Amino acid sequence: MKTIKAPFKLPNTLHLHYHKEATAALALEVMPAPAVVQIPMSQHLGAPSRPIVARGDSVGLGQPIAEPVGAVSAWAHASVSGVVKSIGEGLSTSGRPTTFIELENDGLDRPGSTLQPRPDWASADGKSLIPLIAAAGIVGMGGAGFPTHIKISPPAGRIIDTLIVNGAECEPFLTADQRLMMEKADLIWNGIQILRHILGGPRIRVAIEDDKPEAIRAMEKAMARADGDVEIVSLPAAYPMGAEKQLILSVLGREIPSGGLPADVGALVENVATCAAVYEAIVLGQPVTQRVVTVTGPLIRRPANILARIGTTLADLIAFCGGLTGQSGKLICGGPMMGVAQIGADVPMGKTTSGLLALPRESVRLFDSMPCISCNRCVRACPMSLLPCTITSAVEADQLETVEALHTLDCIECGCCSYVCPSRRPMVQLMRQGKARVQLARRQKQEQEKAKGKQG
Amino acid sequence: MLNTLLVPVLVIGLAGFLCGLLLAIAARFLHVFEDPRIEKVTSLLPGANCGGCGYAGCADYARAIVEKGAPPNLCRPCSAAGARDIAALLGVEAKAAEKMVALVLCNGGDVRSRRSFLYNGLAECVSADMLSGGGKTCRYGCLGYGNCARVCPVGAIQTGAHNLAVVDPGRCISCGLCVKACPRNLIRLVPASHSVHILCRNRDRGVMTRKACDVGCIACQKCVKAATGQGLHMEGNLAVVDYTLPLSPELVGVCPQKTIHQRPAGPLP
Repeated sequence: MKTIKAPFKLPNTLHLHYHKEATAALALEVMPAPAVVQIPMSQHLGAPSRPIVARGDSVGLGQPIAEPVGAVSAWAHASVSGVVKSIGEGLSTSGRPTTFIELENDGLDRPGSTLQPRPDWASADGKSLIPLIAAAGIVGMGGAGFPTHIKISPPAGRIIDTLIVNGAECEPFLTADQRLMMEKADLIWNGIQILRHILGGPRIRVAIEDDKPEAIRAMEKAMARADGDVEIVSLPAAYPMGAEKQLILSVLGREIPSGGLPADVGALVENVATCAAVYEAIVLGQPVTQRVVTVTGPLIRRPANILARIGTTLADLIAFCGGLTGQSGKLICGGPMMGVAQIGADVPMGKTTSGLLALPRESVRLFDSMPCISCNRCVRACPMSLLPCTITSAVEADQLETVEALHTLDCIECGCCSYVCPSRRPMVQLMRQGKARVQLARRQKQEQEKAKGKQG
Repeated sequence: MLNTLLVPVLVIGLAGFLCGLLLAIAARFLHVFEDPRIEKVTSLLPGANCGGCGYAGCADYARAIVEKGAPPNLCRPCSAAGARDIAALLGVEAKAAEKMVALVLCNGGDVRSRRSFLYNGLAECVSADMLSGGGKTCRYGCLGYGNCARVCPVGAIQTGAHNLAVVDPGRCISCGLCVKACPRNLIRLVPASHSVHILCRNRDRGVMTRKACDVGCIACQKCVKAATGQGLHMEGNLAVVDYTLPLSPELVGVCPQKTIHQRPAGPLP
């Protein structure tokens, strides 16, 4: 095992002020379970889960309360023990309406997990562990929330030769993954070993940005006696280093083809928190009922890294951190670059909520966007080497063919173009619009062709 | 001398005659019959090519009427008389073609419906709707960023000062483009003759609706009782007009929330 510098350089990155000093040195705190939790049904990418409990049912900690619907979906579990208070509708942290299961905590944490622990995983068949990961409701905990059991079952013909463990955490303000690596490095390493076993022994690259030397040291210590082709890759601290495609390019020098998946270049990226969750599920038999959240920002009285139960409302998180010091201007779930601004604090956190950022009113400025001045800064900032200025103009002019031809679907919505735009144009929003419209047009075309095929 | 004149005249003349003959033969054997009525029907259609009839344009629709027997009253921009003319030309019976107009089923502009936060994103309904409802407390109401107004080919929709889309029934050609453009499905085509409307699509319980908007349907059912179930009915927590039956204008006074309106809907205060 050795630590190497990132062998490949990314074409375009931004050097942001990371603002991590407020919480980087703070140890994880376990937040007592709140009196009421609300479990959202869409905490992952894909179809929302379907509740399998009814109002008034008694549930135990870790008991499955919602089942997956369709191919891409995930289980949801009770994060406290108690009674189902209600099943209702509300907004999730992504700003979309979703169903919630509200649980009243009885404070006993009565175990209700139905998972069978497999401490003997090393002698088990790798493939037989995948259903366990699905049943534990594990999704990509870095933020995207793609169900892990699907990710680790690559399509036929694709061989995963490298498992990249994502500890980059390039979003400013967030230190959740960093603290997890510093304090639970053994847990993460054990999880990585389980994933390696399932994937049939690929080489391991643990990628961490070089502004987190303590995290690198902790992982080095945990992996000191690792066998096989295992390396820690120290990445230059830059945004968006932790994005899947950028990480693969930086570590392996492989570029994912347009519209392709990491499996197309033989790579798989898993977040460090996901690896820890895999260990907890397989060895301890615990489904995902809690995660580390960084609660920070100039407005939080006592910024902290908290181990909180899934379904804790943002208001409870803020209260645990001593409340706000002034008038709130903006509450963001996730980091400032890709996070979603919230309309209130009564929204519950989900499996992908890695941070909560509170900004004061003075620091939030309203702006009007001006026309594009063709300065080219977005082109130089785009990590996917797209032409955001041309694409967004085409979106505004409704020229769908141009939008599609310029590979808008490859946009990772990292927000670099919006960040650098001197005209303050809503670049990411327009890119997102363009993506949605191209996808809609493709779907309609497919349906038309299907209908034609039926006729003919 | 004579030859130099005569030969070319003869050659050109002969060639012209032969070509003419060829064309005459071709016209006879390769003739494609085109119903002359198609052209006449096309000239009777408005030529806006809006696609509201479901065909690829006016000419395509005319062909469908003549050849496939499509009903002559599908053209929305056509007046009833226009449909009658087409029907008379083809000798078929024109079914009563009712003039339809688009109607925005929301009356909660900024004055009456509350904003929950300041939306500073893309001024466009689909984007606003995706982010926590675009700042509108009512998650069913008109966002007012004017996607419908932008697709309207005749400029019949205005969003006005209160961020509420309003259709001018006089200008509307009922092409239905705005119906598809609205991400909240607030616009529907209703018979122009129908004057009483319920301008709300909020399907929440009354308590929730009242919190969001001053003119939302709170499902008190007074209108349904007053009309004794004729012409309107409840769909969950929302009273909905049944446009196949007439409705008495007296219902306007029955609604405690002032959700029921008589067209043209009055301007906002």
